[in-house]
Amino acid sequence: MSFLAARRRSPLALLVLLFLGLTFTGTAYAALQTNVPPGTSAEGASQEQIDEGRELFLGNCASCHGENAEGNGEAGPSLYGVGAAAVDFQVATGRMPLPAPTVQAKRNVSQVHFSDEQITALAVYVDSLAPGPDVPEAQWLDTAEGDPANGGAVYRTNCAMCHNSSGTGGALTRGKYAPTLMGVDEQHIYEAMLTGPQSMPVFNDQNITPEEKRDVIAFLKTIEDGANDQGGHTLGSLGPAGDALFAWTIGILAFIGAAVWLGRKAA
Amino acid sequence: MTNPHHDDTAPAVRDEAAAPARAETFENPGLPPHVPRRADVDPKAAKRAEIQVVVLFTLSALASIAFVVAYFAIDQDLKGYLLGIGEINLYHLAIGLTMGVSLLGIGLGAIHWAKTLMPDEEVVEQRHPQASTEEDRLVVGQTLSHGWRSSQLNRRSALLGSAGGALGLFALPLVLPVVAGLGPRPQGLYTTNWAEGTLLRIDPSGAAIRAGDVTQGSVFHVMPDGWVGHEAVEEHGAEAAMVAKAKDQVILVRLDPSLIKSQKQREWGYEGIVAYSKVCTHVGCPVALYEQQTHHLLCPCHQSTFDMTDDCNVIFGPAKRPLPQLPITVDGDGYIVAAGGFREPVGPSFWERERPGLLGVE
Amino acid sequence: MTTHVPQGADHLRTDESPPERPVSQTDQSSPDAAFPRALVWSDERVGTAKGLRFALKKVFPDHWSFLLGEIAMYSMIIALITGTFLTLWYVPSMGHVVYDGDYVPLKGVGMSEAYASTLHISFEVKGGLLIRQLHHWSALFFIVGIALHAARVFFTGAFRKPRELNWVIGVVLSLLAIIEGFAGYSLPDDLLSGTGIRAMNGFMMSAPVIGTWMTFFVFGGEFPGEAIIPRLYIAHVLLIPAILVGLFVLHLALVVIHKHTQYPGPGRTNDNVVGFPIMPVYAAKAGGFFFVVFGITALVSALVQINGVWVYGPYDPTQVTAGSQPDFYMWFSDGALRLLPGWLEVNLFDTVWSFNIFLGSLVLLPLVWVVMGAYPFVEAWVTGDKREHHILQRPRNAPTRTAVGAAAISMYLVLALACVNDILAIKLGLSINDLTILFRTMFFVLPVLVFFVTKRLCLSLQRHDRERVLHGNETGRIVRTPEGRFFEAHEPLDEYERWALVDYDTPTPLGLTQGPDVDGRGVARRRSPLAGVQAAVSSFFYKDAVRAVTPEELAAAHHHGGEHEALEAPGVPQLGAPVNDSTGDDDFSDSHGSSVQAPSGHR
Repeated sequence: MSFLAARRRSPLALLVLLFLGLTFTGTAYAALQTNVPPGTSAEGASQEQIDEGRELFLGNCASCHGENAEGNGEAGPSLYGVGAAAVDFQVATGRMPLPAPTVQAKRNVSQVHFSDEQITALAVYVDSLAPGPDVPEAQWLDTAEGDPANGGAVYRTNCAMCHNSSGTGGALTRGKYAPTLMGVDEQHIYEAMLTGPQSMPVFNDQNITPEEKRDVIAFLKTIEDGANDQGGHTLGSLGPAGDALFAWTIGILAFIGAAVWLGRKAA
Repeated sequence: MTNPHHDDTAPAVRDEAAAPARAETFENPGLPPHVPRRADVDPKAAKRAEIQVVVLFTLSALASIAFVVAYFAIDQDLKGYLLGIGEINLYHLAIGLTMGVSLLGIGLGAIHWAKTLMPDEEVVEQRHPQASTEEDRLVVGQTLSHGWRSSQLNRRSALLGSAGGALGLFALPLVLPVVAGLGPRPQGLYTTNWAEGTLLRIDPSGAAIRAGDVTQGSVFHVMPDGWVGHEAVEEHGAEAAMVAKAKDQVILVRLDPSLIKSQKQREWGYEGIVAYSKVCTHVGCPVALYEQQTHHLLCPCHQSTFDMTDDCNVIFGPAKRPLPQLPITVDGDGYIVAAGGFREPVGPSFWERERPGLLGVE
Repeated sequence: MTTHVPQGADHLRTDESPPERPVSQTDQSSPDAAFPRALVWSDERVGTAKGLRFALKKVFPDHWSFLLGEIAMYSMIIALITGTFLTLWYVPSMGHVVYDGDYVPLKGVGMSEAYASTLHISFEVKGGLLIRQLHHWSALFFIVGIALHAARVFFTGAFRKPRELNWVIGVVLSLLAIIEGFAGYSLPDDLLSGTGIRAMNGFMMSAPVIGTWMTFFVFGGEFPGEAIIPRLYIAHVLLIPAILVGLFVLHLALVVIHKHTQYPGPGRTNDNVVGFPIMPVYAAKAGGFFFVVFGITALVSALVQINGVWVYGPYDPTQVTAGSQPDFYMWFSDGALRLLPGWLEVNLFDTVWSFNIFLGSLVLLPLVWVVMGAYPFVEAWVTGDKREHHILQRPRNAPTRTAVGAAAISMYLVLALACVNDILAIKLGLSINDLTILFRTMFFVLPVLVFFVTKRLCLSLQRHDRERVLHGNETGRIVRTPEGRFFEAHEPLDEYERWALVDYDTPTPLGLTQGPDVDGRGVARRRSPLAGVQAAVSSFFYKDAVRAVTPEELAAAHHHGGEHEALEAPGVPQLGAPVNDSTGDDDFSDSHGSSVQAPSGHR
């Protein structure tokens, strides 16, 4: 039919591509992520590991955080007491080292420069300077043990206002944002709650207990596995904004296309 | 612009005799000659169109049957992955697609039929002026006048007045009970469940909070003792529990005391721990986005931004008033408790906010 | 009263046939056609034949833009059908239950019965999810359809006499539609819609003097109470739909009474309507279009998830989700609330006046609709035009109106986009604060800009039309004269094509037609005190209008371009200027216009 042929090069094709693009973002990365072993802390680490960590630190981090991680004013905060958990979160998600100063360090899993062993060494070195939160134990990351419904309740009270009830992120003030939680490793979600990176507040174990943190992760993984995706394309989980975009583009083009076809005289 | 109708310098008087000769527009050429369609002149094209229509209708019928089959045969909870869509409920997809095809088949078939095989010569219908004839108007005028005079309304003004009064008032007995019964008079706007000694509890777990647990950079979403979780619903009923959530919600953070700019804020807090109402002073959304580095509180609804180091004053957005602060202290066991209730109404502005007397509140 | 002068070929097709032969010459009815026996029973009781004879011959012009209203109409019907389905399971109650359904991430969570029953429809009722999505999508398409239809009516001048009343009805319908939409959006009582109700509570509360009382009466007490969902429910399923459908029937009835407007074109006059009769063509097309609209909505509902309420969780006043927006038709109001600065709240005599809130909600909402409803009367006052109009204007032929409309839309869009400033910020990597300030500026700057750009665009399109009429279409062929000069050969328009370009008129600014201040006998004319304003606005509307080409101008152009014409390909008919000294059928020559009945002929 010439009707179809005429539409092949139309803006519709672009929209369809956009549509396809929205579907696949965020799902591909999960497999690539590096991780420090659960429970990592300076306690029980070997001196070689700590020395290796110091070497790495001096080469990659000291220019902003100072030679002894004491901080360097505006350039970088002190790392005393941030713990192994913060180091794993920042480095293994590709946020640190920061290539250039920005409003906010971006998650960038494909740009992680270090191996698991190197990040572990960095983590135990920083933790050895002044102890802070440890990388969580494996039991708190086992989503099969978590209660997604309770996690959902905790999530909606403590997290949804920034990260969106669908975990896809949201805007903060002056160009900062809460990133998406889809495709993020369990360990990193836990560490983020524990250490409060960047704008995010800290949720210590007295505020959200380890069990509750596990519930939150279980809830997020349930969503990631498609519990929310029931009735078709989720349009980027943008809520009414996505619906409106669809209605005013593809939706209305379909109707007007039909109307134009109806009104046109047959050949 | 050239204007052939007027001399712009001398305004034309609206006078028919002075109107210029009327040779100013083209003549309507009438309907263009009819161009026959392919199906009008070529029997093969007509046959082809017919087959297309029949195919569309048949497709619709088949899709309707497929819908029924899918409705009964597919498991309602069957999920699957669809390229370009992602995870989807396959039962939903199957019945949706078959329903769509069933409807589209009929629609496209009927339109295609109309376009290719039904007559395509346009017809002309004449219009007539919307206004009625003078005669109609006259008769109506007479009838109205007859009605007015024969009912003696023109002579008996007391009749007219009393009828008007009765008609004007008859709706009152109907409307008043509805409107006046809709709700109670405004109440509770100046009070919350916070009072001196009320324990702060974490929402939704219900745990009490030791001052030492509130580390710098952390944020606690808090409700008053007795108003958290399922227990509150059981004890007070769902409605009271919801009203309490809407008014009593509090956000608790610890700031470096040296950052706090206001003496009052420091005094109403405890060692840098401060508690503020979480209800936005704009239209009442929970102001829950706490940026721990800038100490800004952002409302996700309309972006009002409050500075927690400056007594929660508004630094951006549509809100006017700062968030009300809840004075807190620590009880004998080291748990954080309210040192008193809120000193001003929480939540959105309302007209009588500064003058409770207008609502009969002391 | 009416004398119709036959034009072109329409004497062949007119339905004003002698009564003894009540069929036209193109009639294809069978020679022994008779009134269907099945209808005799009803005809004897209600006169079915009389009604059908009138109805089946109604003629509708065919144009895609006339179907925009049908998209809205059919979407409304789909929403009514699917909505009825939903009422069979939906429970309009804010009573507390603990969820124990199929959706695992909410098991054991306390929620309202309204939310639980919506989850039940989505996960346990067979086909419930599809119907819910159909309902929500059709509601969105209903309002999209209304917006496009209203824009079409506005920009083509279809609201002019005698259709002002129907425009007002349409405006009321659109307001009802968005109230209906907002009520429906609120019913599931999920976290997103509950936040919407919270904002509604806040802006009702901001009304001076009555705000607090009004809010307590609407909510049956303190927010959230347990009354608002049942009350919104009865408004959503009974009160508003009843008024909506009633007014809609009136809207359609008036279309039948007025007969449909048509675009200018050969054979189309202000006294006729050219198109297809209901039987059979229009019935098949319009009926088919219902199924097409329903079918597309069904496909969309099958493939695209809308308002997955399970994503948000139950409403809890202490919670909120990032990206809290209403559906798009409420964006402009919520956007205004985001843009209005806080300093607009003032205390007067110890009472609080929240201009930052009620201006963007309680004032803006009615204001937009009052302005829309009043527009036809304002324009009629500006033109002083009392004539009936059944031929539409192409938007370029009413440059000022088109520019005003475009400016208004740009203003509306700034407010609407301000409502998604958080989504825009995160998707475009911008600062939400910068965006807000940008939108605040744009609200004042953009409409002015859009007005001038649109108006210039219309005027140049009009001049382009004049060029085409005067000199024909460009052919792209370059011709060299024997003297060595070059011309691009132009092909004159045929008379049908030309007519579509010249069939419009432009009112003269009223200041030029009101005449001197004293009449012929030296008595001062009585002037309304607003006459000066009226003349000024009229001049603003029409002073730089581009008028349609007249036959004289065309003749002059041909005369001037004599050597062009000589170069035209042979065989193209030369168009002499038609001498038109008749008056009777000339609907559009009355460019003086305005406040008197057309002087000559049939009106």
